[in-house]
Amino acid sequence: MISAFLGIGLLTVLTILLCSYRAVVGPGVFNRMAAVNVIGTKTVVLLVIMGYYFERPLFFDIPLLYAMLNFIGTLVFAKYLERGELCSW
Amino acid sequence: MLLVDVIVTILLTSGMFFMCIGAIGLLRFPDFYTRLHATGKCDTLGEGLIIVSLIIYHLFHYPGTPLMAVKLLFLIIFIFIANPTAIHAIVKAAYRRGLKPWRLGERRR
Amino acid sequence: MNRGEKGFGILVTFCIMFLFWLILSGFFDAFHLIAGVVCSAIVTLICHGLLVKGKSQKMFLKSVRLFLYIPWQLWQIVLANLDVAYRVLHPKMPIDPRVIECETSLRGDFALTTLANCITLTPGTITIFVEPGKGKFWVHALAKEPADAHLVDKTMQRKVADVFMEW
Repeated sequence: MISAFLGIGLLTVLTILLCSYRAVVGPGVFNRMAAVNVIGTKTVVLLVIMGYYFERPLFFDIPLLYAMLNFIGTLVFAKYLERGELCSW
Repeated sequence: MLLVDVIVTILLTSGMFFMCIGAIGLLRFPDFYTRLHATGKCDTLGEGLIIVSLIIYHLFHYPGTPLMAVKLLFLIIFIFIANPTAIHAIVKAAYRRGLKPWRLGERRR
Repeated sequence: MNRGEKGFGILVTFCIMFLFWLILSGFFDAFHLIAGVVCSAIVTLICHGLLVKGKSQKMFLKSVRLFLYIPWQLWQIVLANLDVAYRVLHPKMPIDPRVIECETSLRGDFALTTLANCITLTPGTITIFVEPGKGKFWVHALAKEPADAHLVDKTMQRKVADVFMEW
């Protein structure tokens, strides 16, 4: 069972590498931002699986926190790209 | 124990299948909006399936700490609400900035 | 919004924050409980207007109906994700994207948010823009069948209107 987690973790790293191709190449800033959001989501899954692989189930306050940080980062970037400024002071 | 292992493996494999579909869609589709269709949704469902399988695994292998399963459930609910909202924010920013959608028959962007 | 509704909003927000503290911490001795009460009180005082906007009518009934609506939505998500998987893996990639505009009868904040989230979650459609005053949605559809299921059938809009009782 534990070795299945290692296989799933390696497959997740492979998909992250596939997505980083779009982050490097993607024409324009919007493609790159979408790719970074996707990489952040897959990193959360990778962290949870690593917590179970190393048999430390108390590990996943960290993926919960990183999911929130990723969400807020994406929202801030989208708002900046839409309006050209973050706050109108 | 064997039945639990089988269920966890099936759910893990199907979750992984959907996440691979998301990554392949990001590479294959011809336009920004269509790429977000593939990733934003298949990613969310794949993650939901993987974390559900880990909840079942946790309840059977670490029976002393049931609160961790509730934390994982919070993670699923948060991802189901936050991922579509982030996708909608990116799409709205792109549409306001004038990025035109791709119609059938045009060149790949 | 008078003082009674504001007090109700503050109380509900404090209860939700304290519930989260209890579930996420796992320790039930005196020190952690008192620390939880103090932290929840500080957070509630700072931002009570964000979570609960006072008392609306028949809130309990709407929550129960929302809870019953979720399994149908999950089943739709699974079905439609299989459809997107078929479109990605097919060697000819049968997509035909277009932008459509549809009108709904929903006006409340929470109802519009729920419908926009559900539209973005079922593959084939992404919400681009929402006008809160008139209930209009701009939606980007991947092919003709999801667009038709949304414009012509209007199944999801009817179900969400049933949940929030805003026909």
